Parts: sequence; structure tokens; C-alpha cells
Amino acid sequence: MTGRPLVAILDYGIGNLHSAQKGFEHAGADARLTADRGLIDAADGVVLPGVGAFAPCMAALGRTGLDDATCEVVASGRPFMGICVGMQVLFAGSDEAPGTPGLGVFDREVRWIPGPVKRPQMQWNVLDRRLDHPMLAGLDDPVWAYFVHSLAPETGDGADVVATCDYGGPVVAAVARDNVWAAQFHPEKSSRVGLRILANFVAAAGAAGAG
Amino acid sequence: MRVARVIPCLDVDAGRVVKGVNFVDIRDAGDPVELAARYDSQGADELVFLDITASSDHRDTTVAMARAVADEVFIPFTIGGGIRTLDDGRRLLRAGADKVSVNTAAVRRPELVREISREFGSQCCVVAVDARSSPEAPSGYEVFTHGGRTRTGIDCLEWVTSAERLGAGEILLTSMDRDGTKEGFELNLTSMVSEAVGVPVIASGGVGTLDHLVEGVTEGKADAVLAASIFHYGEHTIAEAKTRMAEAGITVRPA
Repeated sequence: MTGRPLVAILDYGIGNLHSAQKGFEHAGADARLTADRGLIDAADGVVLPGVGAFAPCMAALGRTGLDDATCEVVASGRPFMGICVGMQVLFAGSDEAPGTPGLGVFDREVRWIPGPVKRPQMQWNVLDRRLDHPMLAGLDDPVWAYFVHSLAPETGDGADVVATCDYGGPVVAAVARDNVWAAQFHPEKSSRVGLRILANFVAAAGAAGAG
Repeated sequence: MRVARVIPCLDVDAGRVVKGVNFVDIRDAGDPVELAARYDSQGADELVFLDITASSDHRDTTVAMARAVADEVFIPFTIGGGIRTLDDGRRLLRAGADKVSVNTAAVRRPELVREISREFGSQCCVVAVDARSSPEAPSGYEVFTHGGRTRTGIDCLEWVTSAERLGAGEILLTSMDRDGTKEGFELNLTSMVSEAVGVPVIASGGVGTLDHLVEGVTEGKADAVLAASIFHYGEHTIAEAKTRMAEAGITVRPA
């Protein structure tokens, strides 16, 4: 026993997962990049990162079988976190890839950020809290996070929206429902604030693992 | 809300930061990891490492540096310089760089921009453009390559708009007329490019004072401002830069 919660970061061959792994390690986890079902099943918490575009991410998840693994973890009640495109694929679909279904954990669509703004939003922005949620525990306002994205989930009825940011209007920045946390921004690139968010997830994973 | 970014640029040769960075208490002024961490704690929004390594034998050193920085520093960083192929870019991105910037190789073979953005997403692909004023160019500015030494005959505006079409996620725009002069950004060039493209533009070249950073955003309409010497030589801190920008009404992430 290391005493550090085991966090499985799903490695499906997309982009740079190195920063995510190192970020979770700094945040106190035994963080492993993996596609191994045994390890995923044993993990206290599971993270789905993602960069690039929706369709290639969904295709890679399908190829590696990690789409099913994701849905099983979500259903199991174990702490789960999606980051950036790893958040977007949890939704039903995306404007970016009409006809490519997402995982449907959240039953609404991902849309292009509207309005006369530069896309991608590539900047730090303030998280406007909509829910009191452990994801943002211990952080004093204003909470600054780093965003790189051209699309964002619809707000829906807002019941699961943890935070929005203002980019030509409110843009969904984080959602959560039960054991599922998801961030449109990059906590692993958001300096001390981001590491605290990762640590909050590691704490939730540790508590779930101990229970 | 549009939030301007302040980006220190570090020159790297064979994995070591050169042209000295003059922080108080620095243990090793050539260590990219220590400097990156220092700039992170000062409140830098991103970092750019410009690889000036002449020999391609040292490419492995740059990849190792990207990994070492990504291990310890949790703000975004870009590596540029000498990236000739998709594989060069792939190695740096896989090592932990958030973005790579391409310049000469992209001018020579624009398809490189499409290849990188297709594999990693356009947010990973910065196109660095070195421009110099030229009465023969329709926009008044011509693209130069090889660190500003080689004329291309290509119009700057034409190149940035085609780079965006090819998948560039950001333009790093350097005025070769101003680079190293400390006279301030070429604001005419900067605003022209910022208005012509729908992706973010980083202004570069010529910063000598904090007010130059302000002008880059207010008059140049840049999304981010890049500077080297004013930060490295201890003339100003990132915090001072951001304070001045905030006083001028620009939204920044406080240091």
C-alpha cells in the first residue's frame, strides 16, 4: 500500500497525456497512464483526458474499447473526471462532428462557442461558480483556469453546471453529476489552481477507495 | 471576457537557456525547468521556448527538455525552432509540449501545418511568422524565413490567412524591423494581422517598456504579448507588466 489513491488516466493514443499524469502525481495520486482493464477496474478514480477533435477521440475510444470502460466506470459510481475533449465526449454529440455520437453520459450537445469571438478561446479565464461543488473546494475567488477550446457543452437546465466562464456570454466550464466530474479547461495547465482541482479529485478518489 | 496573456520567451541551445536570465537567487540560469517554474510562480500565462540549436544532432536534447519542463511546470508551453517535419512536432508534443511553432518549414511546405493540426488539433499548431516591411508586398509586409535572413517574396497577410485555413491555431507574429530594437511592437502590422485572422495572435518583437506591452493589446489588438529581455534581465517582473496592463484597462490574470 502506497497510501496514494490509484488514478487511472485512460490512454487511448490521443495527444499528450504526460502533463495530466504528472499533474495528478503532484496532486498526490499514484497516477498511471493505462488502457488495461484490470488496472482501470482496480483504480480508485479514473480520468479521461482528450485533446484535438471530437471525432478522432471517439474513434480512438472505440478502437481501444475504452468507450465501454468509461461507461462502466461512470455507472459503477467510482470517481471519474473528463478533461477538455474528454469532457465533450461525455455528451450526446458535437457540432464539430455531426453524425458521430458521443458517450451520452450527459444528454445534450456540444456546440461551437457562439458570437464574434476568437476561436479557439485560448486564454486564462475566471470560473463563475454555479454550484457549490468539491471540485472547486479550497479555492478563493476569482478562480483562474486555462482554456483551449472552440466548442462547449450546452447549459441544459443548468442543474449539473458547476461553473461557467464569460467568453462572449456564459460558456460551460465545468459540469458534475454524482461521481462524474468534467472540466472544459485544463486543470493540469492551470498552475496552482489546477493542481488544487486535481488534488480535490484525488481526495474524492481516496475517500471512495477507502469506503 | 478577453484576457490578454503575457508570455516570456526563452532561447534554448542544446537544452540550455541562453542569453542569460537574471533572476535573484537563481541556482542555474541555464536550467529551463528552474526558469520555467520561476516564471510560473511570477504569474506568466504561458512560456515559449525558442530552440536555436544549430545542429540537428541536438534535437534529442530539446525533446528531453520538453519532458523535464512538463514534469515540473503546470502552465502551457510552446516549443519552436527547427521543427521541419510532422515527426519533429510529434516528438515534442508527446514529450509534453502543449504547442509547437513552425516557421521556415511551414513556408517551404505549408502542408506541414495541416499535418500537425490534423494529428494533434489546431490548438497545438502555432505558425510563427517573421515579417518585415516591404513596399513590394501588397500588405506592406513580406514574410522572411531562417530567423529573418531570407526573403520569401510572400505577402504577410496572404500567408497568415492561408496558415489559418491550413489549421494554424495561433499566429506568433514577429516584426523583424523591431526585433531587438526596444522601440515597441510594429503596431500597424500587429493590428492588420489580428484583424485578418480569427485565431489568436501573439505580438512579438521590439518590447522595451511596459507601455509597449499595453500598446500591443490596445492598438495592436493582439491576444497575447511576448517579450524576452525586459523580463530576463530583471528590468521588470511579470507582476509589474500585468499591473501596468490592468491600469490601462486590459483584463489580465493577476500575477
